[in-house]
Amino acid sequence: MTDATQHNLPPGPIIKGKLSRDDIIMRGSMVVIGLYLLITMVFPLYAMLSKSFSTFQFDLSSYEVQVSDETGTTFSNPISLNDLNEQLKVLEDSDMIAGSDGRLGVTQFFPDFSFRSPVKYRIRNTTDEGRFLVGSTLTDSTDWVELDSNTFRRVQLRPVKSIGFGNFQSYFDTPALSNSIKNSVLIATISTIVTVTLAFWFAFALSRSCMRFKGLFRLIAMAPILVPSLLPGIALVYLFGNQGMLKELLFGASIYGPIGIVIGSVFFTFPHAFLIISTALAISDGRLYEAATSLRATPWRTFWTVTIPGARYGLVSAAFVVFNLVITDFGLPKVIGGQFNVLAVDIYKQVIGQQNFEMGAVVSVVLVLPAILAFAIDRFVQSKQVALLSARSVPYQPKPNKKADWILFSYASLIGIFIIGMLAVCQFAALVKFWPYDLSFSLNNYQFDRMDGGGWGAYYNSIKLGLLTAIVGTAIIFFGAYLVEKSNGFRTGRAIFQMFAMLPMAIPGMVLGLAYIFFFNNPANPLHAIYGTMAILVVCTVTHFYTVSHLTATTALQQMDREFESVSASLKQPTLKLFGRVTVPVCLPSILDISIYLFVNAMTTVSAVVFLYSPTTSLASIAVLNMDDAGDIAPAAAMGMMIFYTNAGARIFHLIASRGILSRTQAWRNR
Amino acid sequence: MTILKKTMTSVAALAISATAAFAEAELTVYTAIEAEDLARYAETFNASHPDIKINWVRDSTGVITAKLLAERDNPQADVVWGLAATSLLLLKSEGMLEAYAPAGVEKLDPKFVDKDETPAWVGMDAWVASVCYNTVEAEKLGLTPPTSWKDLTDAQYKGHVIMPNPASSGTGFLDVSSWLQIFGEDDGWAFMDGLHENIARYTHSGSAPCKLAASGEIPIGVSFAFRGAKSKAAGAPLEIIVPSEGVGWDMEATAIVAGTDDLEAAQKLVDFTITKEANEMYNVGYAVVAYPGIAKPVEHFPTNLLDAMIDNDFEFAANNRAAILKEWASRYDGKSDPK
Repeated sequence: MTDATQHNLPPGPIIKGKLSRDDIIMRGSMVVIGLYLLITMVFPLYAMLSKSFSTFQFDLSSYEVQVSDETGTTFSNPISLNDLNEQLKVLEDSDMIAGSDGRLGVTQFFPDFSFRSPVKYRIRNTTDEGRFLVGSTLTDSTDWVELDSNTFRRVQLRPVKSIGFGNFQSYFDTPALSNSIKNSVLIATISTIVTVTLAFWFAFALSRSCMRFKGLFRLIAMAPILVPSLLPGIALVYLFGNQGMLKELLFGASIYGPIGIVIGSVFFTFPHAFLIISTALAISDGRLYEAATSLRATPWRTFWTVTIPGARYGLVSAAFVVFNLVITDFGLPKVIGGQFNVLAVDIYKQVIGQQNFEMGAVVSVVLVLPAILAFAIDRFVQSKQVALLSARSVPYQPKPNKKADWILFSYASLIGIFIIGMLAVCQFAALVKFWPYDLSFSLNNYQFDRMDGGGWGAYYNSIKLGLLTAIVGTAIIFFGAYLVEKSNGFRTGRAIFQMFAMLPMAIPGMVLGLAYIFFFNNPANPLHAIYGTMAILVVCTVTHFYTVSHLTATTALQQMDREFESVSASLKQPTLKLFGRVTVPVCLPSILDISIYLFVNAMTTVSAVVFLYSPTTSLASIAVLNMDDAGDIAPAAAMGMMIFYTNAGARIFHLIASRGILSRTQAWRNR
Repeated sequence: MTILKKTMTSVAALAISATAAFAEAELTVYTAIEAEDLARYAETFNASHPDIKINWVRDSTGVITAKLLAERDNPQADVVWGLAATSLLLLKSEGMLEAYAPAGVEKLDPKFVDKDETPAWVGMDAWVASVCYNTVEAEKLGLTPPTSWKDLTDAQYKGHVIMPNPASSGTGFLDVSSWLQIFGEDDGWAFMDGLHENIARYTHSGSAPCKLAASGEIPIGVSFAFRGAKSKAAGAPLEIIVPSEGVGWDMEATAIVAGTDDLEAAQKLVDFTITKEANEMYNVGYAVVAYPGIAKPVEHFPTNLLDAMIDNDFEFAANNRAAILKEWASRYDGKSDPK
């Protein structure tokens, strides 16, 4: 045998596993959920991006004018406004950029124009797209319109649609808008530094000392997660506003602005930073501390060489999460930001205040960039993390140290008072009759039906949204995660799906909401029917909070051996039966976690849904926003506290229910 | 089949035929009128026109305007009843309104009717700018009550005045456009430069300044009279000041959307909206209505309001809106810079 004969053999067929019916079902389902993400996230974002490039411009070449002599009978030859402008150089190219409601007067092209002169003017559109107004009456035909001088000064050109970078250009040319980039980054950076520092010491106190009431402190630290980010803003108004209880503490500085945003941001991002950092501190190896002690390292040195390096990934991750939360948050700066403009509020102002959707899209694009960057860095750092805890590790046991314990306890108490205090102030304000003139208690502020914002109906809508989001969202997300984790082959499809599932985390809520307007409020879209209904709110909320739930689900699923699938296949059982009989019951704790996460967030979210609610589907969190906006601050505080109690109740119910269910379904865990 | 069931079916059938008999026409009406007033308005209309059924679509002024503009090529509304005239002018400039002179239009105050030969819209009632002044807080701070717009630029009010942002609030825009009309372009901006020095901050909503004045947060709120009267009725220590130079105002107005399926019914509705009866209905909440001589004073409303209303040039306001807001933002939106 020589190599030559082997060479002549025809290449054999590539061996491929035959697709079983199960595989087909799983791939099909994966495609369906993938399509869901495509329609609810990728398409709307694309619609928004293209909107940001849709500009309005004055097209001078599409108008022609004629001027008469003093008698008003003999007219000059028609000349296009563009040629007139070239001769006179009245307007630059940059003056041609306009918003959708732009107007351009025409008399500026006639240097010797006087509205008293007997000279007459004729004007017409040369194309079908041309549009101009006489007064406020629209003319879009190509017929000549003859006007006397006095009427001619009322002629206004209207811009036409085109595509280009015009919106971005005028964005960066308007300091009032582009300053917000600097403001947003500044606020987010300061808040991040403060929050991470405070949260680190709080977590340190809880994991490295022997102080008392740790469980209670842990509970208090998580409380801000249960309220909309608007609420700390309202509390700050009552504390430090011009009629505030503690306004002397600010020494004349105004709470409306950066100070207020930073304090409020620390409040509402604290639990997120605390959770991440305390997880990082919890997995420390006691042996390192023993080594440090035997090497006679001072506590200070041990802190810098053992504690901090051990928690560094947690710290970095917490920093980026907080940064992202602050820069994308809309509720807090809306309430307490005063004249301090930030990106997220700019989007709202452009869209709701001025109906300038194009500019709203531009600000969204600007806001997405830092958000995606922070997200990408966080993911990168996470992937660098290596296991600190090996099989031989010894969990760290803090030793009592009277002085240190006492200091850390006082510190934790201060944080606790800060958090409880903010909530208590809101509750107090909600119960007072007419702050600050009548401090007697009454329930007047709970008569939501007498205020703007949607009344009690909004509150019930919120609960409905929370439940629907929890049920629908958990089903879609968990099943999706299962398909990605447990199906065979189909690598590209799974990779794309993973990417889609991670994307929502990087998209700020405001941006998602606005993108939904562009995509779903288009009459040509067959899904247009869900616009303005509860369905679109559910879809939007599920997508907005997809990533964290997806990660929780995959973590739980990764802990299940793939052998289960092999065994069920060899027993000729369909995978879906396995899913229902084994996977779901085993992962029940995570499934319950996902649903409570979705419920709480659906109750508190403002940013994504603020563009999407309709008069019949107003929400409690939106009502807080609208009541505060209209100056009804006390009822806003009252509604905010209703959200808090509902969420706290849901948490307790979740705790009890999961205990009950788990004791029945998870009995196998403790044999 | 039980008797009960039979009766119920026949009752249902009767009910269906009854509605069919009464409501021969249905109109989709877009509005920004307060939700609590809608039912009352529809009832009064149906008392004389039982054959026309109104399907309301209600939202705030900004949102409804945006919705109407977005539906430009495929309008869903038949009639707009109760939207700011400045918004209707925007729609008119898009060619979206059907000009119609309702029966009896000549009886209305000409201020409230579109100036075109066949008016594109007719007014209902006016909401008028005013200054809400918290007497308790002002006394604490040692302020003297202002009597004119110019007074508000006085240094004693520094940080004690609050007004809506004209970019997001219709009330804020009517203030700015009225100042430009009262003082003229150059003096108007000079006035606002001075006022800006005293402004604590600009709010998003038009009613917020008055509510903030009512709660003493900021003693002087530039807002509208209706809001001030409401807060005063709720017990706030407010005085409603009508500045001597005159005050800006906007009106709620009615128009037919071009391309409506049922022009005849739409015209009937618009005819109704300018009747004396309808204006009496508006008068419950609004002190100034389009039909002259019928308005009864509304509690806590300043009495000299009608004379103080300037001769508002809505066309000027609408056609210069984009330019005014751009100028305004470049001058004052920068107050946001960190101090």
